[in-house]
Order: sequence, then C-alpha cells, then structure tokens
Amino acid sequence: MIGLIDCNNFYVSCERVFNPRLDGRPVGVMSNNDGCVIARSNEIKPLVKMGAPAFQLQQLVRSGQIHLVSSNYELYGDMSRRVQSVLEEYTPEVEPYSIDEMFAHFHGFTPAALLEHARELHHKVRQYTGIPVCVGVAPTRTLAKLANRAAKKIDGYGGVCVLNAGSAELKGILQRTPLDDIWGVGGRLRERLAVMGLRTAWDLAQQDHKAIKRKFSTTLERTVIELQGKPAIDMNDPSEGRQRIMTSRSFGRLTESKAEIHEAIRQHGQRSAEKLRSQDSLARAVMVFLKTNRHRPDLPQYSPSIVVELAHPTDDSREILHAASHALEEIYRPHYRFMKAGVMLLDLIDANRQQLSLLDTPQSGAERERSHKLMATLDELNKKMGRGTVKLGTPSPGAAWHLRCAHRTPRWTTRWEEIPKIS
Amino acid sequence: MQPNTPYRAHPAPPLLALPYPLALGRAGLSGFPSPAQDYEGRTLDLNEHLIKRPASTFFMGVTGDSMEAFGIHDGDTLVVDRSLDPRPGHILVALVEGEITIKRYQQIGNRPYLCSGNPRYQPVALTDLDCQVWGVVRSVIHEFQV
Repeated sequence: MIGLIDCNNFYVSCERVFNPRLDGRPVGVMSNNDGCVIARSNEIKPLVKMGAPAFQLQQLVRSGQIHLVSSNYELYGDMSRRVQSVLEEYTPEVEPYSIDEMFAHFHGFTPAALLEHARELHHKVRQYTGIPVCVGVAPTRTLAKLANRAAKKIDGYGGVCVLNAGSAELKGILQRTPLDDIWGVGGRLRERLAVMGLRTAWDLAQQDHKAIKRKFSTTLERTVIELQGKPAIDMNDPSEGRQRIMTSRSFGRLTESKAEIHEAIRQHGQRSAEKLRSQDSLARAVMVFLKTNRHRPDLPQYSPSIVVELAHPTDDSREILHAASHALEEIYRPHYRFMKAGVMLLDLIDANRQQLSLLDTPQSGAERERSHKLMATLDELNKKMGRGTVKLGTPSPGAAWHLRCAHRTPRWTTRWEEIPKIS
Repeated sequence: MQPNTPYRAHPAPPLLALPYPLALGRAGLSGFPSPAQDYEGRTLDLNEHLIKRPASTFFMGVTGDSMEAFGIHDGDTLVVDRSLDPRPGHILVALVEGEITIKRYQQIGNRPYLCSGNPRYQPVALTDLDCQVWGVVRSVIHEFQV
C-alpha cells in the first residue's frame, strides 16, 4: 500500500507554529517582493484569490481582516525536512513529492493495523513538528491521492483515510469523484472523456486500459490501471503533474566527491529547467536534496535538503543552476557517502500570466527577451544535437548570492540570531 | 493549529517511548548537520548529547527573569522537544492566550496547572481552552560572561 501525506496549508501552518496568534485567522503568504499571494489559510480563501496582487489587499490588511506575511522558504524547507524525518521513523521508504507532500510505502500490514498505523503517523507528525497533515493510503499513487483528498474534505475521516482494494468504501469514493479531481486529468481531457459519457473516476476505472491507450495516451492508460488498483506510475515518470518538477537520480556508486555531486546537481537543474520551459511555467523556488544510503547503517547518515528562493519567478537555466549550486554549498558536508541527489522546482506559475510576472519581476522586458532567446536556442541545440551538447558552466565561486525578503518572518529554526525569544 | 484540537498534557502519562535508536539519533540526520561528525571518534558531539530527536527539537531564547527560580536566566538557550508527553515537574513551553511562554507543569490538588517561576503570576489551569502545551524543555544552555 502507498500513503500520501499532505501537509495542510503548509506555508501558513509553518508560520503558525511560531506565531500562534495566526491560529484560526485569515492568513496569506506572499511571493518575494510581496508581489502576490502564493499560499492561503482556509480562513482567507473566501476573501482572497490565489495569485491576488498584494497591493490590492492593503485595505483588508489595514483593517485587520487579513494577515499577510512574506514567504520564508528557509523555514518551510526546514519544517518539510522535519516532517519527512518523522515519517521515516514509521516507514523505511519515504519519497518527497513536493515540499508539502510525501509518498510513503507500507508493507505487510493487516487492514486494521494499517489504519491504526496511519492514525498514529497523523498524530505524531502534528505533535512532533506542529504541522497538521492529512494521510491517504491506497494500493496505488493515484488512489492514494484520492484517499488523501477524502481525508481532507470529509470530516468523518478525521484526516486519515485508508482505501482497501475492492472495498465498498473505495467504490463509493470513486463514484463521487469527478474526473477533474483525478491526478493528471485536466480540463480538455475531461471534455473528451465526457463525450464518451464518462463523468466520474468510477466510470473511468471501468474502461479497458488498452482502448484508452489507443484513443488517448499511455499517460491516461496508466491512470486507468492505477484507478483499477494496480500500481503503474513511477515517481520519475515525466508525465506527472504540472505543479512541481523533480529530477533526481542515484549515483552509480556511493560518492563523497563534491565535484561529482555538483555535476549531478547541475545536470538535474538543467534538466528540470528544460522541463519547466517545455510546459511554459516559471518557478519561484528551488529545492535541492542529498541522500546517504539508509540501508547501510554502518555508514554515517545525512540526508539534508534546502529550499532557495529565486529572486523572481523564472525559467532561466542560469538562475536555476545558480540557486541550486548555492543550495548545495549550504548543505554539502564532506565525509558522507551520498547515494542520491535531486533538484525540485517549486511553486510553479504559468509563464503566460503576464500580469503576475510583471508584478513579480524586477527583470526588465529587454532582459527577459534576451534570456528567453538564449534559453530557446539552448533547448533547440540540445534537442537537435543530443542532450548536454550545450551546458552551462559553474557560477564563479563566492559570487554574491542575495535573496530579497522584504517582510519575511524570522527564520526561527535555522538561524541562531532569529530563534524565538520567550519569557 | 486548529484551536479546538489541542494536544494536552496527560494527567496520567504513559511510560515514555523507547529511547531513540542511536543510528537515527545522530545529530547529522536531520535539522542539525554537525561538522563535529567529521571528527567522529576524536571528539564529543554536543548535539548528540543534548538532542535526542532532531525532527522534534527546537531552540528558543529566554528573555526576562520570570523563570529564575527554576534556574533559567535571561539570555539562556532552551532545547525544546515536542515529542515528549508532559509530566508534572517538567518545564514546558506553553501557549497561553496566544503567547508562547515558559511554565512549569505542576499538580495542585490533583489538577494540572502551569506555574510561573515568579509568584506575581497566578497558576493557570491546563484545562483552560486557550492553553496548550507547545513542547517540553529538555535542557537549558547558560553561557557565562568570560
């Protein structure tokens, strides 16, 4: 069985751990330069749209109806890592899917024991880290997503939903799930399926997956197989979601060579940036992680991760690589033998939403144009002549790296000068 | 945090969980990458000594003199562990009326209270709705002027 652990309103929840006055209040987290709202608490959702420009909200802020804070990625990255390490106490295999979602594998549980285990995990993450989560467990990733959604939306579940293969409960949930809410099924696809008379996840699960493959795509075929309860989606599938992009790979052998790791991070960063451009998105932040081999308890273990915020939303490989290199610099420690390295791009937005990018970016129009041309040429060359034909070099060591963080809350857990002061 | 589901101090606390396995308890696993580990076998790691569970351990700084009766002074650093279930006698970090404060957990006539080190402040009943435990203070780091 596969579990999806999703942190509730993650950025806002991180802020609330250290500022309990924000509990139960309408809270929004702003992008850097305080451009627009990128994360919301449940309370603020009826008042403020996702992506709303912050300057339009000044009246609500002044009258005390809402609270806005700047994004504090250093805090979010640290809290995400804490959530992950609590999960790792409960299951040997945890895969971060994004900064606030993790897949966990559960083997060898009876259904009753699994429910108990999932409930305990739900409780412990909240207690240990202060972050509330929902837990959905099911035979496949696609179903685990649906279980998680049920855990979040249906009060009776209390944040934990375990769906067993062939159960009436699973059937009921599938019948009540509209096509849009299935992982990887978007607007246009839904319309084409509606023409075939399909309305719900249950309808789609009844289809012959081979027919679906012929009519649509391998991607949708996989979704159908997963809805039928057989795992078909691998974490590194290029097809998964548009909200975040991850590239990671294990090294051929354990390595402690910084140069080797840096090279891997640069490749992953470049690959991620290409994916980003191919789907016309911009990223706001870059997360870099390293892993030692957990199955070698004889070796010292260290699996750090860090989030670095980009100066403005971008799809420029240079800026993404610069951020990733900086991130590696922060977390790399010698003498650990690393098994895996990865780069994740976070908080993606649509590149074509002009209004947003204008508000957000201190990059001039001319600069954007130039960077756009350069990146297009880079992608074109690599496509024609083979991946890696044109690569970017390393940014000069010691190059000034600065982040804009106008109204950021303190980095409570990662800077001595900023730890909470209490009496 | 949802205000209506606080996790409370346990009036009759269960026994503490088994000690954290050493392999995971290493300071480097999460949160506190320790340069000291590079010299493993040659020196002692204070992280390993003070931090039993990195994922649930947070540092906080102390201001004011209200906890001097408990040996906690202005400018000290607290090592706070959220994974522990509070028991009478523990020093706690608690949320009282939306404020994060340091208190001592005490039983007075069979009921749980949060007490300040300063007699000016009345004990607060832990059963009050706007009162929650944030974490348990495991140690206090006090640096002398040198």
